[in-house]
Amino acid sequence: MADPVGYRRAKPGTQPSYSHPPYQSSIKRAPTKPLIFLPHTLSEITGPIYGHDRVIPSDSDLTKQHRDEPIGERISVSGRVLDEDGRPVPRTLVEVWQANAAGRYNHEVDRHDAPLDPNFTGAGRAITDEVGRYRFLTIKPGAYPWRNHYNAWRARHIHFSLFGPSFLTRLVTQMYFEGDPLLPMDPIFASVPDTGARDRMISSFDLETTIPEFALSYRFDIVLRGRAATPMES
Amino acid sequence: MALIPTPSQTVGPFLHIGLAWLTTTELATDASAGERIVVAGSVLDGDGKPIPDALLELWQANAHGKYAHPEDAQDKPIDPGFTGFGRIPTDKDGHFRFVTIRPGATPGPGGTRQAPHIVVAVFMRGMLRHLYTRMYFSDEAANAADPILGRIRESARRDTLIAKRAADAAEYRWDIIMQGENETVFFDC
Ligand SMILES: [Fe+3]
Repeated sequence: MADPVGYRRAKPGTQPSYSHPPYQSSIKRAPTKPLIFLPHTLSEITGPIYGHDRVIPSDSDLTKQHRDEPIGERISVSGRVLDEDGRPVPRTLVEVWQANAAGRYNHEVDRHDAPLDPNFTGAGRAITDEVGRYRFLTIKPGAYPWRNHYNAWRARHIHFSLFGPSFLTRLVTQMYFEGDPLLPMDPIFASVPDTGARDRMISSFDLETTIPEFALSYRFDIVLRGRAATPMES
Repeated sequence: MALIPTPSQTVGPFLHIGLAWLTTTELATDASAGERIVVAGSVLDGDGKPIPDALLELWQANAHGKYAHPEDAQDKPIDPGFTGFGRIPTDKDGHFRFVTIRPGATPGPGGTRQAPHIVVAVFMRGMLRHLYTRMYFSDEAANAADPILGRIRESARRDTLIAKRAADAAEYRWDIIMQGENETVFFDC
């Protein structure tokens, strides 16, 4: 059996380092020994195709999971999932989670003194369509303090998790909002050295996909790792 | 025209809100072929403290060494009861535990054979980009010829990828240690 075609490896600066001291929790959790180069085998170029049968269309509407509507600015978040060559990634699972409009997570370890919203859980999921599109309806998340350093606040964000076609295309990221004044001082956002790569995480206000009389809209396209043309070795 | 991939970011401390719905600690069903095994261990930080906000994702072949994926073209049976995917958040003491079947051997680079193994992606608060590691089995003679284990020169480091079988049961112990003398081997994928 011929060796499978692997996936492209990240260009320097386009992904965060494991140890990024301005983000204090990374210090004791980053490997200290060099990573071992792994040629991409059948074990890596395959991956789970899973969860589809458990996702229903209403899972992508975070504003209708309770009896009443959540408080906050209703927004639509939509975009396409693509690979590095711009090809759509169809039928893949997208999972999201976020704070409520006040910047509070519905989670037992969140101690931020901001109100919980009984009508907002903050979790959603969707499967991309045949041309890689997804859409969520939600509430604009609030900024929240996080004690990483004096007066530290996370820029507003929505956590995203995606699978793609293989175990190597797995991605967990965060979507930020264009123009957020907290972005330049957020060490998690700033952990990506390459500004072009970093800006990939910022969604843009998009009048075109706005739902008139109902919700403003942000566009967020996500790019997963693409296939290498030929098998690679360092 | 090549696009820059979207960078990775941490799952943060509240990962359970979005990811716990797909928690899968029992990978096998009653219908799955193969030896049923239990794997348990802890995820530990650089101070040896347990990590309660980590998440492991597993991917493995079935007992015949076949992946439930369209790119696995091997002429081996698919096991309809077995997807090969697991998702396991650590508990408040940093422990994890899963039940699966022992995978079969799979093809490796250049016509080699890979010893039975599970590929593991590790996510946690404090980790900006997930890490890849692998778990092998202590009672497996094929480890000696495994092409990936063979890339790790020091045997003590290689041992960090080998789950230890209990003397009296199909139970394995495997810890993931982020830093220090027994730091787990992670891969540049
Ligand atoms: Fe967050």
